[in-house]
Amino acid sequence: MPGESGILSFGAYLPRLRLQRKSVAAANAWFNPALKALARGERAMANWDEDAITMGVEAARDCLAGFDRRSIGALCLASTTHPFDERQNAGVMATALNFGSALRSTDVGGSLRAGTSALMAAFDAAAVRTSLVVAGERRNARAASAQEMHYGDGAAALLVGSGEPVARLLGAHSETVDFVHQFRARDRSHDYVWEERWVRDEGYLKIVPTAIVGALKAAGVGAATIAHFCLPCTLPRVTPAIAKRAGIPEAAVRDNLSAVCGDTGAAHPLVMLVSALEQARPGDRILLAAFGEGCDALVFEATGALAGFSPRRGVKTSLARRKEETRYEKYLAFNGLLAIERGMRAEVDKATPLSVLYRNRNMIEGLVGGCCRQCGTIQYPRGRYCVNPDCNALDSQDDQPFADLDGSVLSYTADALTYSPDPPAYYGMVQFAGGGRMMADFTDIDDGRVDVGMPMRMVFRIKDADLARGFVRYFWKAAPA
Amino acid sequence: MATGIRDKVVILGMGCSKFGERWDRNAEDLMVEAFEEALADARVERRQIEAAWFGTAIEEQHVGKSGVPLATALRLPYIPVTRVENYCATGTEAFRGAVYAVASGAVDIALALGVEKLKDTGYGGLPQRSRGTLADLYWANISAPGSFAQLAAAYRERHRVNPQDLKRAMAHISVKSHANGAKNPKAHLRNPITEDDVLKAPMVADPLGLYDCCGVSDGSACAIVTTPDIARGLGKTDLVAVKALQLAVSNGQEAQYGTWDGSYFATTRAAAARAYREADLDDPRKRISMFEVHDCFSVTELVTVEDLGVSPEGKAIGDVLDGFYDASGKVPCQIDGGLKCFGHPIGASGLRMLYEMYLQLGGRAGERQRPDPVLGMTHNLGGFPSQNVSSVTIVGRFGA
Repeated sequence: MPGESGILSFGAYLPRLRLQRKSVAAANAWFNPALKALARGERAMANWDEDAITMGVEAARDCLAGFDRRSIGALCLASTTHPFDERQNAGVMATALNFGSALRSTDVGGSLRAGTSALMAAFDAAAVRTSLVVAGERRNARAASAQEMHYGDGAAALLVGSGEPVARLLGAHSETVDFVHQFRARDRSHDYVWEERWVRDEGYLKIVPTAIVGALKAAGVGAATIAHFCLPCTLPRVTPAIAKRAGIPEAAVRDNLSAVCGDTGAAHPLVMLVSALEQARPGDRILLAAFGEGCDALVFEATGALAGFSPRRGVKTSLARRKEETRYEKYLAFNGLLAIERGMRAEVDKATPLSVLYRNRNMIEGLVGGCCRQCGTIQYPRGRYCVNPDCNALDSQDDQPFADLDGSVLSYTADALTYSPDPPAYYGMVQFAGGGRMMADFTDIDDGRVDVGMPMRMVFRIKDADLARGFVRYFWKAAPA
Repeated sequence: MATGIRDKVVILGMGCSKFGERWDRNAEDLMVEAFEEALADARVERRQIEAAWFGTAIEEQHVGKSGVPLATALRLPYIPVTRVENYCATGTEAFRGAVYAVASGAVDIALALGVEKLKDTGYGGLPQRSRGTLADLYWANISAPGSFAQLAAAYRERHRVNPQDLKRAMAHISVKSHANGAKNPKAHLRNPITEDDVLKAPMVADPLGLYDCCGVSDGSACAIVTTPDIARGLGKTDLVAVKALQLAVSNGQEAQYGTWDGSYFATTRAAAARAYREADLDDPRKRISMFEVHDCFSVTELVTVEDLGVSPEGKAIGDVLDGFYDASGKVPCQIDGGLKCFGHPIGASGLRMLYEMYLQLGGRAGERQRPDPVLGMTHNLGGFPSQNVSSVTIVGRFGA
């Protein structure tokens, strides 16, 4: 592969809902008054129809803008909250992103280091293939726990390979230590967490510095040259202490985004790296460390290409695109922590015939329609005969991906009758700029803020959850552009 | 060269059950109720019926599949019974089958019966159900009110109407239908309502409130049809003849091809144009005496009166608010109370509409009777505005 190895592109996605921590603390003060101490700021909160896969798809789309998807040789989804234990989660993403089947794909999980470990593996292979590394989390925490305050949902994506990198990897080091600061067994939904003071003293303050020393040594650079130090850690004052001990300038310590986003778990190191790349100047050195049963540490250097890199939504725009959520009950319901009476309409069997899904996987998960070679009409779904009544040609259509076409609202409603986890259900006819249209569910709508002509963008989301069998149906919805 | 159906078949008798929440009745009881009335009206015996068409839509909710439930309920003597389903046009489809059978000369007397027993779901509204293995994977999470509500947004946009005027016209439509339904002993809802009631009702699917939506009911209706000659031979006078029977079905153009703006029914327009040709009728606004449209929702009625060409395009709001479609207006619409007051037992509705036209044309509509009607029209609309089945039927005095 021509060119130099490194990070070729980056992207991120944070859900727009921001759960207000004061609402969480107020609701739970009767039980756990100590939460008041954490009742500052907000955390990113996934909509009911988002998970590690869907947020990962959004981060990947952000990252891949302007890149040829056919050049990607490997895809990895790192998470500790993969929606499926069996059924490759990265495979769902690959179909949604229309990567084609000639692809290496893996899920990496099991640790909050999953994102950085996947990134290091991608660098190991950067000379031979281009890898898309995505990390996404929809984190689970018990009601009234400190984790509920600290955690956030989100995803980040990095494209690693050879070409014109915006940052190169100078060196990396990993420490693997079975230091269990929290764990979650296979059949459990929530983390079990040990005392913070022990985690700080025996964990962060001992293991992270060792990894940093190793990484700096591998990179052959001094700590004083680090311009951006990224370490996800919600314990107060720990990151500055580690920086000081390592000789990293105090000004290099980057905000952990706790106040505006929360800790997005295995995705968070990558979220912080993307945020650093958004602000870095060519030549800046970035130290990224991720803690979890040991520590991964990576040293990057921004290249001259970063200056001319086309802007991404990234973390910055994701943070700006926010909607305050003060209804804690809604968060509880979205996360299965409140047994809502869904009504009989929710009892309809959502069984997915897997053979039907497979046969139509590009149409459903890839949102691929057709474009008629004879008349140029684009259409969704793609029928055997062209839909243009003046054409009606048979088998005349090439694949036409719809996901990235600009749409606008032709008609819409807010439906209070049909079952939705977040009523009313908004949906309507979306007309695409180049032709083609579809009746689509809408998502991320503010009540009363939709009208005919409104620009829309298609997003990959959960369509239905088959609670009886534990399957998740994904499809595309229209969201305000 | 096809000559169409006009005046080839007449209605020998009709029957209609009481519509409503018939908690104490099975579908069988409703069928028998409608059939007994039709037999008495037609003055024929069961054994004279040579073929039957049975309309029911959500069969898994009550009788199950096939023609057997009808044949068994009515003890029909081993005759052909065809079960039909075509969304909300199901009842009209049953009628079309029976009429065509008579017109073809295959049989002398045929029966069409529609029934639906909807009120055994445990919740209000239409039963929620699968739309097919593939459709379930990508269709939006639409309900009937939600899909029809979108007509309002698109209609406002096309005709530059302000939302309050549209909502007020929609309210008048429901107030008018309730006033009519109050006079109909077979209607489900018989309470007059005010415009204020409609405007203040809880929202179901924006901008459709509770009173913009038709009820959900149990009911059955049926028709016995024959040729004009046989009807006269049986002693019938003042014959009510079929003038037109048309149906148009969406083919994906509205849903997938960028020419339809969501503000009208392409199918209704196509079916109406063919129906007026078949009935040799050029100006429906002047010639139609009264009509029943598929007022599943108030906005559907508003849009449909334009699609049928009774109101000029963009002028329905004015006509509605002027009382043109009131019982005392020039062309009453839903003089029996409509779906609004009868509810919509899907398989029965098309035949229920015809029942009112038949009563009116025979001068037997009681306190709802219009003076001297000549032509009546019925319309059904099933599915969603972007993907539907639409039927237009015209009946009238034989020879008129």
